[in-house]
Amino acid sequence: MTSQALCALSGIEIQKKVASGDVSAVEVTNAFLERITHQDRKLHAFLYVDAEGALAQAATVDRARKAGETLGPLAGVPVALKDNLCTRGVPTTCASKILAGYVPPYDADAVERLRRAGAIAVGKTNMDEFAMGSSNENSAFGPVKNPWDETRAPGGSSGGSAAATASSMASFALGSDTGGSVRQPGAFCGVTALKPTYGRVSRFGLIAFASSLDQIGPFARSVREAARVLSVIAGHDARDATSTTTAVDDYEAECGKEVRGLRVGVVADALGAGVDAEVVKATRAAVAKLAELGCEIVDVSLPHATHALAAYYLIAPAEASSNLARFDGMRYGLRKTGDDLTATYGTTRAEGFGPEVRRRIMLGTYALSAGYYDAFYVKAQKVRTLIRRDYDAAFKKCDVVLTPTSPTTAFKLGEKTSDPLAMYMADIFTLPPSLAGLPAVSIPGGYSADGLPIGLQLTGRAFDEKTLVRVSDAYERASGWLSRRPSEIV
Amino acid sequence: MSDTKITLEDVRKVARLSRLALDEAALAQMRGELSKILGHVASLNALDVSNVEPTYHAVPMNAPLRADVVQASLPRDEVFASAPKTEAGGFAVPKVMDGEG
Amino acid sequence: MATTYEPVIGLEVHAQLFSKTKMFCGCSISFGAPPNTQVCPVCLALPGALPVPNARAIELAVRAALALGCTVNERSVFARKNYFYPDLSKGYQISQFDLPLNTGGKLVIDTPSGPREVGITRIHVEEDAAKNLHGVGHGTDTLVDFNRAGTALIEIVGEPDLRNADEAEAYLKKLREVLMFVGVNDGNLEEGSFRCDANVSIRPVGQEKFGTRCELKNINSFRFVRKAIEYEITRQEAVLSAGGTITQETRTYSDGLGKTIPMRTKEDAHDYRYFPDPDLPPLVITRAFIEKLRVTAPELAEQKRTRWQKELGVTLYDATVLTGHPKIADYFEEAAAALAGKDASPEARAAAGKKVANFVQSEVLRTVTTRGLEAEFAVSAEYVAELLRLVEGGSISGKMAKDVFAEMITTGRSASKIIEQKGLSQVTDTSVIEAAVAEVLAANASQVEKYKAGKTSVVGFFVGQIMRATKGAANPQLVNDILKKMLDAQ
Repeated sequence: MTSQALCALSGIEIQKKVASGDVSAVEVTNAFLERITHQDRKLHAFLYVDAEGALAQAATVDRARKAGETLGPLAGVPVALKDNLCTRGVPTTCASKILAGYVPPYDADAVERLRRAGAIAVGKTNMDEFAMGSSNENSAFGPVKNPWDETRAPGGSSGGSAAATASSMASFALGSDTGGSVRQPGAFCGVTALKPTYGRVSRFGLIAFASSLDQIGPFARSVREAARVLSVIAGHDARDATSTTTAVDDYEAECGKEVRGLRVGVVADALGAGVDAEVVKATRAAVAKLAELGCEIVDVSLPHATHALAAYYLIAPAEASSNLARFDGMRYGLRKTGDDLTATYGTTRAEGFGPEVRRRIMLGTYALSAGYYDAFYVKAQKVRTLIRRDYDAAFKKCDVVLTPTSPTTAFKLGEKTSDPLAMYMADIFTLPPSLAGLPAVSIPGGYSADGLPIGLQLTGRAFDEKTLVRVSDAYERASGWLSRRPSEIV
Repeated sequence: MSDTKITLEDVRKVARLSRLALDEAALAQMRGELSKILGHVASLNALDVSNVEPTYHAVPMNAPLRADVVQASLPRDEVFASAPKTEAGGFAVPKVMDGEG
Repeated sequence: MATTYEPVIGLEVHAQLFSKTKMFCGCSISFGAPPNTQVCPVCLALPGALPVPNARAIELAVRAALALGCTVNERSVFARKNYFYPDLSKGYQISQFDLPLNTGGKLVIDTPSGPREVGITRIHVEEDAAKNLHGVGHGTDTLVDFNRAGTALIEIVGEPDLRNADEAEAYLKKLREVLMFVGVNDGNLEEGSFRCDANVSIRPVGQEKFGTRCELKNINSFRFVRKAIEYEITRQEAVLSAGGTITQETRTYSDGLGKTIPMRTKEDAHDYRYFPDPDLPPLVITRAFIEKLRVTAPELAEQKRTRWQKELGVTLYDATVLTGHPKIADYFEEAAAALAGKDASPEARAAAGKKVANFVQSEVLRTVTTRGLEAEFAVSAEYVAELLRLVEGGSISGKMAKDVFAEMITTGRSASKIIEQKGLSQVTDTSVIEAAVAEVLAANASQVEKYKAGKTSVVGFFVGQIMRATKGAANPQLVNDILKKMLDAQ
């Protein structure tokens, strides 16, 4: 098979071919490495390509096959990892100068699980610094370009993972989602992007942004691939005190099922002012399609969702201000030595962190500081309770909630960089499920007139990723969007 | 929260607490940006949450406990692999004075 | 007229919990390891590492709380205390703030005016910081050793109920004793596993309102606590008497200077921005677990002293000496029980207790070495009981027992073995003793005359002579009886 043909295969097909010996994992890996060399000059989705490590892992898979061992569900399948996932012996920077060149001594739990399943980690993907951003323009090492239109943002913060998946530089990728950082770039890049329930995937080895919200999730070009990856990375980990013991379902088994009788909740407010007409149109069309498939469409409301943005921009920065205190230039990472200890701290952190990270540290420190804690932080957490209650009420009437993933399609690079608040608005639909800890998936739901993907977001009950997969897969099959790919980069 | 006007002095104090050495221009810019964000956040004032419990953990659970069993520590070379400066088996840091940090 | 001031003192004690591993990771806490060899991603705060609480540490904290009469809260919350310092790897300390594990206990101390109850506000669980080593390296740098970082601690916050340095010292000694007897803390002040800060203020006698307080640090021996508090009281009195005011500040005790001096602190030092740690769900312990610990609680020193006076025939003084260390107390009880034997009458148990108490104090204690909660005895309690049983049975004299004991230490053999091998058995043959008595009386006619004239004190002289003649092997009781009989018959 040609390199190009190999890279066009789904991860499911690649695993099957590697397991049967039709093609070796090393061949697959070489094909993808070649493609990265070619494609990534323009896209800049990768911060580090680990050719050596990938080929070594591939050789291990091939040896195991020759020895007659049973191969894992992702054997020989190339994966791209967001650069906030710790990888043993491979640089992990969070796209920040403060961690430039940092090499962790251990693998994140999700990375360990992928390796055990036979996946080949080809490299670390670009992101907004410390996962703070919605466009990837906050990377200290330059932004990622959207594979559908290189003048546009791929979304953020997991933009590199989304772009790498969309442009087939890896079969799938892992990202992290705090307020939409998997789903929104998934929508902008036209791929399936799933944020599991909080606690579903271990956060051990995920460099924290906001600990009560962070969750690792997969990007894939199809729902079935995303489901398989989720089955691999999900599960209890004793090293993460917030990791759940709730049993992991066979998500892939949900693919190909009927959705007749499932109730889809539609939020009228999510199709109102401030949402692009084309996005509204695509969402309505998706609702109609699901109705055609036999779903029952019900109106639901999330009256407190409008407060999600305000609550999120208190909670996430507050936690971040504390989580990022460890980057102090004392034990690892950048150190800018000043006149004394205090100056060393201040200079290291002011120079090591980019503007958005500094802004959020400041905002979070302010929200937690004496005299403001109750008014800001505690109040925001109470609003979170109200949002959870909204969902509790909604899920009495429906099984999944459908909204757009983002109010717009991918915006132009540079379009929103001067206005942090305008940028934050890109997350209005992804924030409520995050605050409630609920699983949510973004799937391609059509294309704008200028050919940009539009994302649909489905939110489910806690630990009910199964139903999300079932509905997403049914819609994917019915809609035919799966065949649409960005044109090749030349 | 009604007072979303953050003063330059507030910004300076927060920068100090955050250990971010920002010059005057950066402080002034930060003040503008934070004011705008806090202005939006003030929308929460419209909500009466006096009888609402806060949600600190989205998925309710209790802390799991770990058995008191010794696990392998990191080998020394890995401990210091990314250290900016080391000496005599320790992390070397600028001289620590009483109460300074 | 000069104002008389009353000091008000409250102590905060940090006690390391006697677990094998740290509070939130599996690193060993054994003392004296080379620097930075008992560290891992969690306690070094490497990016992506997460804390998981140590079950044993929680159990020990609850045991301490029960021993101090606290209410154990079934639900408590770990909170982050945020500040920057090179010995604090994460940039925050995981502690407990508004919802601590234990609240509201008390400790009774002995004062010249009788027992006094000192309130305990709370006991919460937290982690220790690393050690900053100054003046060790070549340059001016401080060197940080993270071996201690993350060690489990309880902080015991006492009410400001103490009124002078004596009471403060008594409180600390009593607290240390309680913690050692429940096996929670090794009481090692030199190694820093039991540390104390003191809040000291003074107020005019009769005034309800507290004066401005100073926090004294670096008082890590009972002597320093006393001296620092005494100095501080005198200093504050001098300031107020001269019309000055006390500044609220943190002061450190310098033994070299014999005084407390202010520490350099930043104005923002106390804005710790506490908030619930999002990495750690609430700590929930069941009532059943608490009750189990309550019924299995070891006996405290205070209870032992009372019981021993009642049951084991010892004085308060004896009991105090023998409760100097938990292992010594165990030793005493074991030996006393072994000597009394099973089913002994209360009188026999009391007699055995008294004998063991005397022997342990006069002979055993100087051979004991203690280190933390451990103690090494040269001779087992069982052997000591056997030795005393031989004395009781008349096989050897009390004086001989001391020599046999010395022999037991050097050879590790049992008393009976030594006696048998050395032919040390006591002379109980009355004819042998009668012969010796007759000989001594015959050789000392003038002394016999003195006795007859009423000077009974010469009996001691005769006994000495007889014992010398029998090389100390004669049974002293028999010697006394026979001597008296033969003297009176003269």
